[in-house]
Amino acid sequence: MTKTNSPIHNQVSRAVSWAPSPREQDRARIRKLILRRRILVSVLSSAVVLGLLVLLLVTSPGWKVVTTTFFDVQYGLEVLHLVARGLVTNIELTIIASIAIGILSLLLALARTSRSAALTPLRFLATAYVDIFRGIPLILVILLIGFGIPALRLQGVTSNVFVLGTTAIVLTYSAYVAEVIRSGILSVHPSQRAAARSLGLTHNQTMRYVVLPQAIRRVVPPILNDFISLLKDTGLVSILGVIDAVRAGQIESSRTFNYTPYVVSAILFLLITIPLTRYTDYVLMKSINKQNAQGAA
Amino acid sequence: MNVLELINIRKSFGSELVLSDVSLTVPEHTATVLIGASGSGKSTLLRCINLLDSIDDGQIILDGEEISDPLIDVDQVRRKLGMVFQAFNLFPHKTVLENITLAPIKVHGLNPDVATMQAIELLDRFGLSEKADQYPDRLSGGQQQRVAIIRSLAVKPRLLLLDEVTSALDPVLVNEVLAVVRDLKQDGITMVLATHEMGFATQVADEVCFLEHGEIVERGTAGQVLQDPQMIQTKEFLRRVHEAGRL
Ligand SMILES: Nc1ncnc2c1ncn2[C@@H]1O[C@H](COP(=O)(O)OP(=O)(O)OP(=O)(O)O)[C@@H](O)[C@H]1O
Ligand SMILES: [Mg+2]
Repeated sequence: MTKTNSPIHNQVSRAVSWAPSPREQDRARIRKLILRRRILVSVLSSAVVLGLLVLLLVTSPGWKVVTTTFFDVQYGLEVLHLVARGLVTNIELTIIASIAIGILSLLLALARTSRSAALTPLRFLATAYVDIFRGIPLILVILLIGFGIPALRLQGVTSNVFVLGTTAIVLTYSAYVAEVIRSGILSVHPSQRAAARSLGLTHNQTMRYVVLPQAIRRVVPPILNDFISLLKDTGLVSILGVIDAVRAGQIESSRTFNYTPYVVSAILFLLITIPLTRYTDYVLMKSINKQNAQGAA
Repeated sequence: MNVLELINIRKSFGSELVLSDVSLTVPEHTATVLIGASGSGKSTLLRCINLLDSIDDGQIILDGEEISDPLIDVDQVRRKLGMVFQAFNLFPHKTVLENITLAPIKVHGLNPDVATMQAIELLDRFGLSEKADQYPDRLSGGQQQRVAIIRSLAVKPRLLLLDEVTSALDPVLVNEVLAVVRDLKQDGITMVLATHEMGFATQVADEVCFLEHGEIVERGTAGQVLQDPQMIQTKEFLRRVHEAGRL
């Protein structure tokens, strides 16, 4: 669209020829001074608070013992590769579960928001499903499935703890994520549906081309949050005996009675979750800004 | 030939009777304008014609076929009707061009290239070709409503329903949009529209219907109803509109 450029060109040339007045130059100087002072204050206050915390920690009576049983750097480096290998299991589990959760939760959300009479039993089942799995602590679901399913001794059903653990997590998280998607679907303005239907789009086409794309866009930040929780919660499958980062740390520390492997495991989790959290925040801010711009238009 | 015929339409929401005994005939190539106070049932009538709301009694006949029949294929009927609402018309996640071509491609099975070409022609004609690749939130309210009208034209409807397409706009933008509607009238597109712009009603209406509490109290040409109303309710309504400076 080349023609639309001309007004922008005008604005640019006007901006270039503009020189700030002496008053504005003064104001700019003062603004810079204020900014510098703000930075100084925030750096100083952070340093003081952090310093006090460290001081409190290292002067506490048990500090000597803690440094050796929790922060043994030498030992930490030794077990690093074991814990890291465990973490790979957590990551694998997260990725596989994410895909399954994505599909299952979308189906649940669609079933719950459908209005067709033929789908009434499906709607009812989906609602019951969500109620049940949102209402049971994840650790119980893992225990029930991890120990319950093998106890049934069904033919052809696996007793692989990795598979069972993943299944438990998928079942629970799909209920959470389905609710988030459903709230997104319901938040799309009814006029959008009306506009689509009056263009002749069928219910399914309206869902697919008009409602869902808008709904999904809105729920991306909360769903990213859920996936960060998911990564952490994969640590719970360790109770079934899956050798993940938590379990690897546990095995080591019960051998040596030193808790450093747990700290190593925590640090490794943080290395992944902190960037993800920052990224989620960034996506959220972006979508809020976009919505504000839309509101202003 | 009549494109649309309404026979004794009745509609209530709960205990509130919103349309009572509304009958209307819309011949081909004519514009029927619905006027009336807020809450008189104009939008509801348009939504019933489009089968977005169901009627409680009466008949709706489109091109000789009764579409109020519960066994009718609703999607099939809507393919023949275009409707533009007061606001929230465009799909915010699609560009102007995608908004216009969605229904021709997905509903009418048009080749995407052909649909795009036709859309660009329409945009050109209404002075919006530069906005083809923009998202709706980058358009002014008037431009958005024009795109919404173009979008409903792109499926070549038998009947165009316009519901106060200017009521969310400031006076300058109102004129932009009304100019488009006047053009469509010239093209001979059959329309039913609700509006609060009496001057505009005068320009495009073949028939003006004045609604009050869900009843058509008075009908006739714009000259008859707007200049020389017979019913006391119509006179009273026009007096209030006059006071508000909308005539
Ligand atoms: N979905 C609904 N549920 C209940 N009542 C409704 C519904 N839609 C409309 N009504 C009622 O029906 C009456 C007619 O509304 P309608 O929107 O048709 O009026 P209108 O003539 O279009 O008014 P306006 O000029 O303000 O757009 C109003 O009293 C309104 O409260
Ligand atoms: Mg209305």
